[in-house]
Amino acid sequence: MSLGVEVADLSVRYGDVTALDGLSFTLAPGKIYGLLGRNGSGKSTLLSVLAAFRRPAAGRVLVDGQDPFENPSVMSRICLIREGGDLYSSARVRDVVGFAACVREGFDKAYADRLLDVFQIPRRRRVQALSRGQRSALGSVLGLASRAPLTILDEAYLGMDAPSRYTFYDALLEDYAEHPRTIILSTHLIEEVARLLEEVVIIDRGRLVLAGDTEDVRARGVTVTGRAAEVDAFTAGLTVLNSQTLGATKSATVFGPLDDERRDRARTYELDLGPVALQDLFVHLTRESVR
Amino acid sequence: MFDDRSPIYQQIADKIKDDVLRGVLSPDDQVMSTNQYAAYYRINPATAAKGFQRLMEEGVLYKKRGIGMFVAPDAPERLRTERRERFFADVVDPMIADAQAVGVPLADIVRHIEKGGSR
Repeated sequence: MSLGVEVADLSVRYGDVTALDGLSFTLAPGKIYGLLGRNGSGKSTLLSVLAAFRRPAAGRVLVDGQDPFENPSVMSRICLIREGGDLYSSARVRDVVGFAACVREGFDKAYADRLLDVFQIPRRRRVQALSRGQRSALGSVLGLASRAPLTILDEAYLGMDAPSRYTFYDALLEDYAEHPRTIILSTHLIEEVARLLEEVVIIDRGRLVLAGDTEDVRARGVTVTGRAAEVDAFTAGLTVLNSQTLGATKSATVFGPLDDERRDRARTYELDLGPVALQDLFVHLTRESVR
Repeated sequence: MFDDRSPIYQQIADKIKDDVLRGVLSPDDQVMSTNQYAAYYRINPATAAKGFQRLMEEGVLYKKRGIGMFVAPDAPERLRTERRERFFADVVDPMIADAQAVGVPLADIVRHIEKGGSR
Protein backbone atom coordinates (compact mmCIF):
# COMPACT_ATOMS: atom_id res chain seq x y z
CA MET A 1 0.00 0.00 0.00
CA SER A 2 1.47 3.29 -1.13
CA LEU A 3 0.00 6.74 -1.47
CA GLY A 4 0.43 9.15 -4.35
CA VAL A 5 0.66 12.90 -3.82
CA GLU A 6 -0.58 15.75 -5.94
CA VAL A 7 0.39 19.33 -5.18
CA ALA A 8 -1.25 22.07 -7.25
CA ASP A 9 -0.43 25.76 -7.03
CA LEU A 10 0.24 25.43 -3.32
CA SER A 11 0.99 28.56 -1.30
CA VAL A 12 1.55 29.00 2.42
CA ARG A 13 2.12 32.34 4.13
CA TYR A 14 3.27 33.17 7.64
CA GLY A 15 2.05 36.74 8.14
CA ASP A 16 3.65 38.66 5.31
CA VAL A 17 6.29 35.98 4.67
CA THR A 18 5.52 33.68 1.75
CA ALA A 19 6.92 30.25 2.62
CA LEU A 20 5.51 28.38 -0.38
CA ASP A 21 4.71 30.18 -3.57
CA GLY A 22 2.59 28.43 -6.20
CA LEU A 23 4.19 24.99 -5.92
CA SER A 24 2.99 22.20 -8.25
CA PHE A 25 4.25 18.63 -8.68
CA THR A 26 3.05 15.04 -8.55
CA LEU A 27 4.54 12.03 -6.76
CA ALA A 28 3.60 8.58 -8.02
CA PRO A 29 3.01 6.01 -5.26
CA GLY A 30 5.68 3.60 -4.07
CA LYS A 31 8.92 5.43 -4.73
CA ILE A 32 11.64 6.91 -2.53
CA TYR A 33 11.73 10.66 -3.08
CA GLY A 34 14.26 13.24 -2.00
CA LEU A 35 13.06 16.73 -1.18
CA LEU A 36 16.07 18.98 -1.59
CA GLY A 37 16.28 22.63 -0.69
CA ARG A 38 18.45 25.07 1.17
CA ASN A 39 17.72 26.15 4.72
CA GLY A 40 14.54 28.21 4.73
CA SER A 41 13.51 27.06 1.26
CA GLY A 42 10.15 25.81 2.53
CA LYS A 43 10.88 22.07 2.81
CA SER A 44 9.45 21.65 6.30
CA THR A 45 6.43 23.78 5.52
CA LEU A 46 5.69 21.71 2.44
CA LEU A 47 6.05 18.45 4.34
CA SER A 48 3.80 19.62 7.15
CA VAL A 49 1.10 20.46 4.59
CA LEU A 50 1.45 17.00 3.02
CA ALA A 51 1.06 15.44 6.45
CA ALA A 52 -2.02 17.57 7.21
CA PHE A 53 -0.28 19.42 10.05
CA ARG A 54 -1.04 22.66 8.28
CA ARG A 55 -3.63 24.03 5.88
CA PRO A 56 -2.59 25.70 2.60
CA ALA A 57 -3.28 29.43 2.13
CA ALA A 58 -4.00 28.76 -1.53
CA GLY A 59 -3.91 25.85 -3.94
CA ARG A 60 -4.41 22.28 -2.88
CA VAL A 61 -2.75 19.08 -1.82
CA LEU A 62 -4.22 15.68 -2.53
CA VAL A 63 -2.94 12.51 -0.92
CA ASP A 64 -4.39 9.36 -2.46
CA GLY A 65 -6.76 11.68 -4.30
CA GLN A 66 -8.15 13.31 -1.14
CA ASP A 67 -7.54 16.46 0.86
CA PRO A 68 -5.65 15.17 3.90
CA PHE A 69 -6.54 18.06 6.21
CA GLU A 70 -8.67 16.83 9.13
CA ASN A 71 -9.33 13.69 7.10
CA PRO A 72 -8.80 10.74 9.47
CA SER A 73 -8.80 8.03 6.81
CA VAL A 74 -5.91 9.72 5.00
CA MET A 75 -4.06 11.07 8.05
CA SER A 76 -3.88 7.65 9.66
CA ARG A 77 -1.90 6.47 6.67
CA ILE A 78 0.65 9.29 6.77
CA CYS A 79 3.60 9.43 9.14
CA LEU A 80 5.71 12.59 9.36
CA ILE A 81 8.81 12.52 11.51
CA ARG A 82 10.12 16.01 12.02
CA GLU A 83 13.61 16.95 13.07
CA GLY A 84 13.94 16.09 16.74
CA GLY A 85 11.07 13.63 16.47
CA ASP A 86 8.31 15.56 18.34
CA LEU A 87 8.96 13.43 21.40
CA TYR A 88 7.88 13.92 25.00
CA SER A 89 11.18 14.71 26.61
CA SER A 90 10.37 13.15 29.99
CA ALA A 91 9.08 9.86 28.54
CA ARG A 92 11.24 6.76 28.38
CA VAL A 93 12.22 5.30 25.01
CA ARG A 94 10.21 2.10 25.53
CA ASP A 95 7.09 4.14 26.38
CA VAL A 96 7.50 6.34 23.33
CA VAL A 97 7.63 3.22 21.16
CA GLY A 98 4.76 1.62 23.09
CA PHE A 99 2.64 4.73 22.57
CA ALA A 100 3.34 4.77 18.83
CA ALA A 101 2.42 1.08 18.64
CA CYS A 102 -0.90 1.87 20.38
CA VAL A 103 -1.99 4.78 18.24
CA ARG A 104 -0.54 3.89 14.85
CA GLU A 105 -2.40 1.40 12.78
CA GLY A 106 0.12 -0.87 11.03
CA PHE A 107 2.99 -0.04 13.41
CA ASP A 108 5.35 -3.01 13.70
CA LYS A 109 6.41 -3.16 17.34
CA ALA A 110 8.72 -6.14 16.88
CA TYR A 111 10.50 -4.37 14.04
CA ALA A 112 10.83 -1.21 16.14
CA ASP A 113 12.41 -3.31 18.89
CA ARG A 114 14.91 -4.77 16.45
CA LEU A 115 15.79 -1.28 15.22
CA LEU A 116 16.29 0.01 18.77
CA ASP A 117 18.93 -2.72 19.15
CA VAL A 118 20.51 -1.93 15.80
CA PHE A 119 20.80 1.76 16.70
CA GLN A 120 21.74 0.88 20.28
CA ILE A 121 19.15 3.14 21.86
CA PRO A 122 18.71 2.32 25.57
CA ARG A 123 15.03 1.49 26.16
CA ARG A 124 14.88 2.73 29.74
CA ARG A 125 16.49 6.08 29.07
CA ARG A 126 14.36 9.21 29.02
CA VAL A 127 14.20 11.10 25.75
CA GLN A 128 15.77 14.20 27.31
CA ALA A 129 18.84 12.16 28.29
CA LEU A 130 19.45 10.89 24.77
CA SER A 131 22.12 12.47 22.61
CA ARG A 132 20.98 14.43 19.59
CA GLY A 133 22.01 11.58 17.32
CA GLN A 134 20.12 9.05 19.44
CA ARG A 135 17.01 11.24 19.39
CA SER A 136 17.23 11.39 15.60
CA ALA A 137 17.71 7.63 15.48
CA LEU A 138 14.62 7.15 17.66
CA GLY A 139 12.65 9.36 15.28
CA SER A 140 13.82 7.26 12.35
CA VAL A 141 12.85 4.06 14.19
CA LEU A 142 9.34 5.42 14.71
CA GLY A 143 9.13 6.48 11.06
CA LEU A 144 10.32 3.17 9.64
CA ALA A 145 8.31 0.99 12.01
CA SER A 146 5.14 2.97 11.27
CA ARG A 147 5.17 1.34 7.81
CA ALA A 148 2.88 4.21 6.85
CA PRO A 149 1.89 4.16 3.15
CA LEU A 150 3.23 7.73 3.04
CA THR A 151 6.26 8.01 5.30
CA ILE A 152 7.95 11.40 5.50
CA LEU A 153 11.26 11.93 7.24
CA ASP A 154 12.14 15.61 7.55
CA GLU A 155 15.89 15.85 8.17
CA ALA A 156 15.34 12.84 10.37
CA TYR A 157 18.97 11.87 10.59
CA LEU A 158 20.35 15.28 11.52
CA GLY A 159 22.86 14.85 14.30
CA MET A 160 23.43 11.15 13.62
CA ASP A 161 27.05 10.25 13.11
CA ALA A 162 28.18 8.61 9.87
CA PRO A 163 27.92 4.97 11.09
CA SER A 164 24.37 5.60 12.36
CA ARG A 165 23.39 7.24 9.09
CA TYR A 166 24.64 4.24 7.13
CA THR A 167 22.73 1.98 9.50
CA PHE A 168 19.66 4.07 8.73
CA TYR A 169 20.19 3.86 4.95
CA ASP A 170 20.58 0.08 5.16
CA ALA A 171 17.48 -0.30 7.32
CA LEU A 172 15.49 1.93 5.00
CA LEU A 173 16.45 0.00 1.85
CA GLU A 174 15.88 -3.38 3.46
CA ASP A 175 12.48 -2.47 4.80
CA TYR A 176 11.44 -0.66 1.63
CA ALA A 177 12.28 -3.81 -0.38
CA GLU A 178 10.00 -5.88 1.83
CA HIS A 179 7.29 -3.27 2.32
CA PRO A 180 7.26 -0.90 -0.64
CA ARG A 181 5.66 2.44 0.18
CA THR A 182 5.95 6.11 -0.66
CA ILE A 183 8.85 7.61 1.25
CA ILE A 184 9.93 11.24 1.22
CA LEU A 185 13.29 12.19 2.70
CA SER A 186 14.20 15.82 3.05
CA THR A 187 17.88 16.40 3.38
CA HIS A 188 20.87 18.46 2.56
CA LEU A 189 23.25 15.49 2.78
CA ILE A 190 22.67 15.13 -0.92
CA GLU A 191 25.76 13.23 -1.94
CA GLU A 192 25.13 10.57 0.68
CA VAL A 193 21.50 9.86 -0.13
CA ALA A 194 21.39 10.59 -3.88
CA ARG A 195 21.66 6.91 -4.77
CA LEU A 196 18.80 5.94 -2.50
CA LEU A 197 16.45 8.31 -4.27
CA GLU A 198 14.44 7.28 -7.29
CA GLU A 199 13.24 10.85 -7.85
CA VAL A 200 14.10 14.27 -6.49
CA VAL A 201 12.09 17.43 -5.95
CA ILE A 202 14.22 20.57 -5.64
CA ILE A 203 12.63 23.69 -4.19
CA ASP A 204 14.08 27.10 -3.58
CA ARG A 205 12.48 30.08 -1.83
CA GLY A 206 9.13 28.33 -1.84
CA ARG A 207 9.15 27.62 -5.55
CA LEU A 208 9.75 24.48 -7.52
CA VAL A 209 13.15 24.40 -9.23
CA LEU A 210 12.66 20.99 -10.78
CA ALA A 211 11.29 17.51 -10.13
CA GLY A 212 12.14 14.24 -11.83
CA ASP A 213 14.08 11.01 -12.01
CA THR A 214 17.34 11.42 -10.05
CA GLU A 215 19.52 10.08 -12.82
CA ASP A 216 17.81 12.21 -15.47
CA VAL A 217 18.21 15.34 -13.36
CA ARG A 218 21.86 14.61 -12.72
CA ALA A 219 22.49 13.88 -16.40
CA ARG A 220 21.25 17.36 -17.30
CA GLY A 221 24.27 18.90 -15.62
CA VAL A 222 27.39 18.83 -17.79
CA THR A 223 30.78 20.49 -17.39
CA VAL A 224 32.34 21.79 -20.58
CA THR A 225 36.11 22.25 -20.41
CA GLY A 226 38.54 23.52 -23.03
CA ARG A 227 40.00 26.67 -24.51
CA ALA A 228 38.01 29.68 -23.33
CA ALA A 229 36.93 30.92 -26.76
CA GLU A 230 35.67 27.49 -27.80
CA VAL A 231 33.87 26.96 -24.50
CA ASP A 232 32.15 30.34 -24.92
CA ALA A 233 31.13 29.55 -28.48
CA PHE A 234 29.81 26.13 -27.48
CA THR A 235 27.85 27.32 -24.45
CA ALA A 236 26.24 30.32 -26.20
CA GLY A 237 22.48 29.93 -25.85
CA LEU A 238 22.75 27.25 -23.14
CA THR A 239 21.95 27.76 -19.48
CA VAL A 240 25.34 28.31 -17.87
CA LEU A 241 25.15 27.76 -14.13
CA ASN A 242 28.75 28.40 -13.28
CA SER A 243 32.09 29.02 -14.94
CA GLN A 244 35.71 29.11 -13.89
CA THR A 245 38.86 29.96 -15.76
CA LEU A 246 42.39 28.77 -15.15
CA GLY A 247 44.80 30.46 -17.52
CA ALA A 248 43.62 29.75 -21.06
CA THR A 249 41.34 26.94 -19.91
CA LYS A 250 37.73 27.51 -19.09
CA SER A 251 35.26 25.20 -17.45
CA ALA A 252 31.54 25.92 -17.61
CA THR A 253 28.71 24.01 -15.95
CA VAL A 254 25.67 23.96 -18.20
CA PHE A 255 22.19 22.76 -17.49
CA GLY A 256 21.09 20.71 -20.49
CA PRO A 257 20.15 18.21 -21.61
CA LEU A 258 22.71 18.14 -24.44
CA ASP A 259 21.57 16.26 -27.52
CA ASP A 260 23.82 14.06 -29.67
CA GLU A 261 24.38 16.81 -32.18
CA ARG A 262 25.78 19.08 -29.43
CA ARG A 263 27.93 16.29 -28.07
CA ASP A 264 29.39 15.73 -31.54
CA ARG A 265 30.07 19.44 -31.81
CA ALA A 266 31.97 19.32 -28.49
CA ARG A 267 34.23 16.70 -30.01
CA THR A 268 35.01 18.87 -33.05
CA TYR A 269 35.77 21.82 -30.75
CA GLU A 270 38.02 19.48 -28.70
CA LEU A 271 36.03 20.15 -25.57
CA ASP A 272 35.82 17.75 -22.66
CA LEU A 273 32.31 16.99 -21.43
CA GLY A 274 32.14 15.80 -17.85
CA PRO A 275 29.47 14.78 -15.36
CA VAL A 276 28.24 16.92 -12.48
CA ALA A 277 27.46 15.44 -9.08
CA LEU A 278 23.88 15.98 -7.93
CA GLN A 279 25.11 18.03 -4.99
CA ASP A 280 27.08 20.41 -7.24
CA LEU A 281 24.10 20.76 -9.54
CA PHE A 282 21.92 21.55 -6.54
CA VAL A 283 24.38 24.18 -5.32
CA HIS A 284 24.49 25.87 -8.72
CA LEU A 285 20.71 25.75 -9.19
CA THR A 286 19.94 27.29 -5.81
CA ARG A 287 22.74 29.80 -5.48
CA GLU A 288 21.98 33.49 -4.95
CA SER A 289 23.20 34.57 -8.41
CA VAL A 290 20.99 32.07 -10.24
CA ARG A 291 17.90 33.16 -8.36
CA MET B 1 32.06 1.86 -5.66
CA PHE B 2 30.37 3.98 -8.34
CA ASP B 3 31.46 7.27 -9.85
CA ASP B 4 29.54 10.11 -11.46
CA ARG B 5 30.84 9.41 -14.97
CA SER B 6 27.82 7.47 -16.15
CA PRO B 7 24.40 6.54 -14.78
CA ILE B 8 24.54 4.07 -11.89
CA TYR B 9 22.31 1.55 -13.68
CA GLN B 10 24.79 1.49 -16.53
CA GLN B 11 27.67 0.93 -14.13
CA ILE B 12 25.76 -1.99 -12.60
CA ALA B 13 25.19 -3.48 -16.04
CA ASP B 14 28.87 -3.02 -16.88
CA LYS B 15 29.94 -4.69 -13.66
CA ILE B 16 27.82 -7.74 -14.35
CA LYS B 17 29.16 -7.89 -17.90
CA ASP B 18 32.71 -7.80 -16.53
CA ASP B 19 31.85 -10.64 -14.18
CA VAL B 20 30.52 -12.67 -17.09
CA LEU B 21 33.59 -11.93 -19.23
CA ARG B 22 35.98 -12.86 -16.45
CA GLY B 23 34.06 -16.04 -15.68
CA VAL B 24 32.97 -14.96 -12.19
CA LEU B 25 29.46 -15.56 -13.48
CA SER B 26 28.97 -18.57 -15.76
CA PRO B 27 26.14 -19.30 -18.20
CA ASP B 28 22.91 -20.22 -16.40
CA ASP B 29 24.24 -18.92 -13.07
CA GLN B 30 21.65 -17.04 -11.08
CA VAL B 31 22.51 -13.40 -10.37
CA MET B 32 21.55 -11.61 -7.16
CA SER B 33 18.06 -10.10 -7.04
CA THR B 34 17.53 -6.38 -7.56
CA ASN B 35 16.79 -6.01 -3.86
CA GLN B 36 19.98 -7.82 -2.88
CA TYR B 37 21.86 -5.65 -5.31
CA ALA B 38 20.24 -2.51 -3.96
CA ALA B 39 21.08 -3.43 -0.37
CA TYR B 40 24.64 -4.43 -1.21
CA TYR B 41 25.46 -1.25 -3.11
CA ARG B 42 23.15 1.02 -1.10
CA ILE B 43 21.18 2.15 -4.11
CA ASN B 44 17.52 2.47 -4.94
CA PRO B 45 16.06 -0.88 -6.07
CA ALA B 46 14.56 0.80 -9.15
CA THR B 47 18.08 1.78 -10.24
CA ALA B 48 19.28 -1.80 -9.92
CA ALA B 49 16.19 -3.01 -11.79
CA LYS B 50 16.95 -0.60 -14.62
CA GLY B 51 20.44 -2.07 -14.98
CA PHE B 52 19.02 -5.59 -15.07
CA GLN B 53 16.40 -4.54 -17.60
CA ARG B 54 19.19 -3.36 -19.90
CA LEU B 55 21.02 -6.65 -19.60
CA MET B 56 17.84 -8.55 -20.46
CA GLU B 57 17.30 -6.37 -23.52
CA GLU B 58 20.88 -7.01 -24.59
CA GLY B 59 20.43 -10.74 -24.10
CA VAL B 60 23.04 -11.03 -21.34
CA LEU B 61 20.50 -12.13 -18.73
CA TYR B 62 17.23 -13.99 -18.94
CA LYS B 63 14.40 -14.20 -16.46
CA LYS B 64 12.72 -17.26 -15.03
CA ARG B 65 9.40 -16.04 -13.76
CA GLY B 66 9.13 -16.23 -10.01
CA ILE B 67 12.68 -17.53 -9.59
CA GLY B 68 15.07 -14.84 -10.72
CA MET B 69 17.57 -13.71 -13.32
CA PHE B 70 20.16 -15.93 -14.94
CA VAL B 71 23.16 -15.49 -17.22
CA ALA B 72 22.26 -16.31 -20.82
CA PRO B 73 24.08 -19.35 -22.25
CA ASP B 74 25.62 -17.33 -25.08
CA ALA B 75 26.40 -14.25 -22.93
CA PRO B 76 30.20 -14.75 -22.66
CA GLU B 77 30.57 -15.20 -26.41
CA ARG B 78 28.23 -12.33 -27.15
CA LEU B 79 30.14 -9.98 -24.83
CA ARG B 80 33.52 -11.05 -26.18
CA THR B 81 32.36 -10.28 -29.72
CA GLU B 82 31.00 -6.94 -28.57
CA ARG B 83 34.27 -6.01 -26.82
CA ARG B 84 36.31 -7.12 -29.83
CA GLU B 85 34.28 -4.85 -32.06
CA ARG B 86 34.83 -1.91 -29.72
CA PHE B 87 38.49 -2.68 -29.02
CA PHE B 88 39.96 -0.35 -31.66
CA ALA B 89 37.62 2.52 -30.84
CA ASP B 90 38.00 2.12 -27.06
CA VAL B 91 41.66 1.20 -26.72
CA VAL B 92 43.68 1.77 -29.89
CA ASP B 93 42.27 5.10 -31.10
CA PRO B 94 42.86 6.94 -27.80
CA MET B 95 46.39 5.52 -27.74
CA ILE B 96 47.07 6.86 -31.24
CA ALA B 97 45.69 10.26 -30.22
CA ASP B 98 47.99 10.27 -27.19
CA ALA B 99 50.97 9.25 -29.30
CA GLN B 100 50.32 12.04 -31.78
CA ALA B 101 49.97 14.61 -28.98
CA VAL B 102 53.42 13.78 -27.62
CA GLY B 103 55.02 13.08 -31.01
CA VAL B 104 55.54 9.32 -30.92
CA PRO B 105 55.67 8.07 -34.53
CA LEU B 106 53.19 5.30 -35.37
CA ALA B 107 56.06 3.19 -36.72
CA ASP B 108 57.61 3.17 -33.24
CA ILE B 109 54.35 1.93 -31.76
CA VAL B 110 54.03 -0.83 -34.32
CA ARG B 111 57.65 -1.87 -33.70
CA HIS B 112 57.04 -1.88 -29.96
CA ILE B 113 53.95 -4.06 -30.30
CA GLU B 114 55.72 -6.49 -32.62
CA LYS B 115 58.65 -6.77 -30.25
CA GLY B 116 56.25 -7.46 -27.37
CA GLY B 117 54.36 -10.01 -29.45
CA SER B 118 57.47 -12.00 -30.39
CA ARG B 119 58.79 -12.01 -26.82
